[in-house]
Amino acid sequence: MADSRVNVPAECRRGEPFEVRISIRHAMETGYRTDAVGSTIPRDVIQRFTCRYNGEPVFTVRMTQGIAANPYLRFFVTARESGTLDFEWIDDGGIRGTAQAPVKVV
Amino acid sequence: MCDVAQGSALKTALLVLVLVSSSARAQQRVLPLDTLRPGIEFAGADVRAMQSDDLANPGFLWVDRGEKLWRDNTTGQSCASCHGDAPKSMRGVAARYPAYDTAAGAVLDLEARINDCRVRRQKLAPWQRESDDLLGLTAYVTYQSRGMPLAASIAGPARATFERGREFYSTRHGQMNVSCAQCHDQQWGKRLYTETISQGHGNAFPAYKLEWQALGSLQRRIRACMFGIRAEMPPPGAPELTDVELFLAWRGQGLPLEAPGVRR
Amino acid sequence: MKNRLPPNTISRRRLLRSAGAIAIAAPLAGLVRHASAQTLPALPVLNSLLAGRIPRWERLRLELPMFADNGQAVPIRLSMPGPFAPGPSVQAIHLFSERNPVPDMAVFEFPAPPLKVEVDARVRLAGSQRVLAIAVMSDGTTYAAGADVEVTIAGCLDAS
Repeated sequence: MADSRVNVPAECRRGEPFEVRISIRHAMETGYRTDAVGSTIPRDVIQRFTCRYNGEPVFTVRMTQGIAANPYLRFFVTARESGTLDFEWIDDGGIRGTAQAPVKVV
Repeated sequence: MCDVAQGSALKTALLVLVLVSSSARAQQRVLPLDTLRPGIEFAGADVRAMQSDDLANPGFLWVDRGEKLWRDNTTGQSCASCHGDAPKSMRGVAARYPAYDTAAGAVLDLEARINDCRVRRQKLAPWQRESDDLLGLTAYVTYQSRGMPLAASIAGPARATFERGREFYSTRHGQMNVSCAQCHDQQWGKRLYTETISQGHGNAFPAYKLEWQALGSLQRRIRACMFGIRAEMPPPGAPELTDVELFLAWRGQGLPLEAPGVRR
Repeated sequence: MKNRLPPNTISRRRLLRSAGAIAIAAPLAGLVRHASAQTLPALPVLNSLLAGRIPRWERLRLELPMFADNGQAVPIRLSMPGPFAPGPSVQAIHLFSERNPVPDMAVFEFPAPPLKVEVDARVRLAGSQRVLAIAVMSDGTTYAAGADVEVTIAGCLDAS
């Protein structure tokens, strides 16, 4: 399954913030829904989302059911050196998702 | 001799009358083509913004899945093995659907056509309606026609399906005893609670409906509408749903495909 | 010493989406409302976060649509204008719901002092309610912002 879509600028200016956007496929099951026979569908949401810039965490989100399904995040990271943004998310079931985006700093 | 000649002249006249009136009826549009407005025009600003942004639009998570499936050859030949590059080979295809399929001997919507390929050509089991795989591949193929006008044919063997679809559309259903036409032909633009009734076109499907928290097909949307008027929902894949899909494609002829759409 | 919350207007603007083909103009006029209720809801999670601190109702900005198309996915924007350095930087922004079964919605954390604080997300709201954001700075000071959202219901039920 396509886990996510990521968007970063092609180039960033050193010392300036650049926009990062990510869309993640995850049902973010609330734990309050019932299935066709009336059984509660257990909660399963992304617990933690982390964005690392060349290994260093720069932005994290702790989520609950209050975040909508298929989470969308847009945030800003300050450009330092060129490298990689690593995204990681872990849900209630311990399932880990990852994505990456290159950072080119000029 | 005179009687026989008169008899055939009468039969010919009647035949001409029937042909003319049925073709005239086929051209009869309750909503003339220049009055068509896609559903996105009835949506709020947030939904419009979501649909117009390929990153914020969650439907693209399914398009991406479809792209992977297109190239997936783990169970044998992939779609790409026969069809090559989808942006080339699939361009314009979704715009012609639902379409009569000679091999299947029936009008198929795109989902059914994909499954038909799986079964008939790839020798694989069909995907369930509304499964992420079928939705993904349908979204990916439909996306290749984004922006192109709906252009389904109701000629020849598709005609009977179209007529059944039109009949269904104009028939009252459910506890509320209303027809699709009553809301979407006669009352579009008016408010239903806080929503504005759209013209009920299908050009944005498969669509990510916020209510579903997932991408869903046009058939699902039709079924949802049936529930809304307290009618029994035909099961997914029911023939009457394809009948309506074809009718809707004709009714919305010329509207640009917007898939993956976003709706509330 | 009297603790007086400074008067403030909380503007409710339609969320602007960048990179979209359709630009939605933010109708500011008519949507700017005075913060008639710069009060904190009585939430145990909120009280334990604040631990007696009184947040300032300024600087932190919470934007939500006045009317949400669907409570399942409501766009939200949190922002705090800088500059931050020198001085305390934003450590975290907490988001609370007044009426959801689970009042804490999310915590946005900034492990590295950020230059630009602007976060977009989509939240779930179980009905019309007030949403509250609390920013916690590196020196422990707190800021608050709230927004009221009307969550509209669909014209027709959907069990598809």
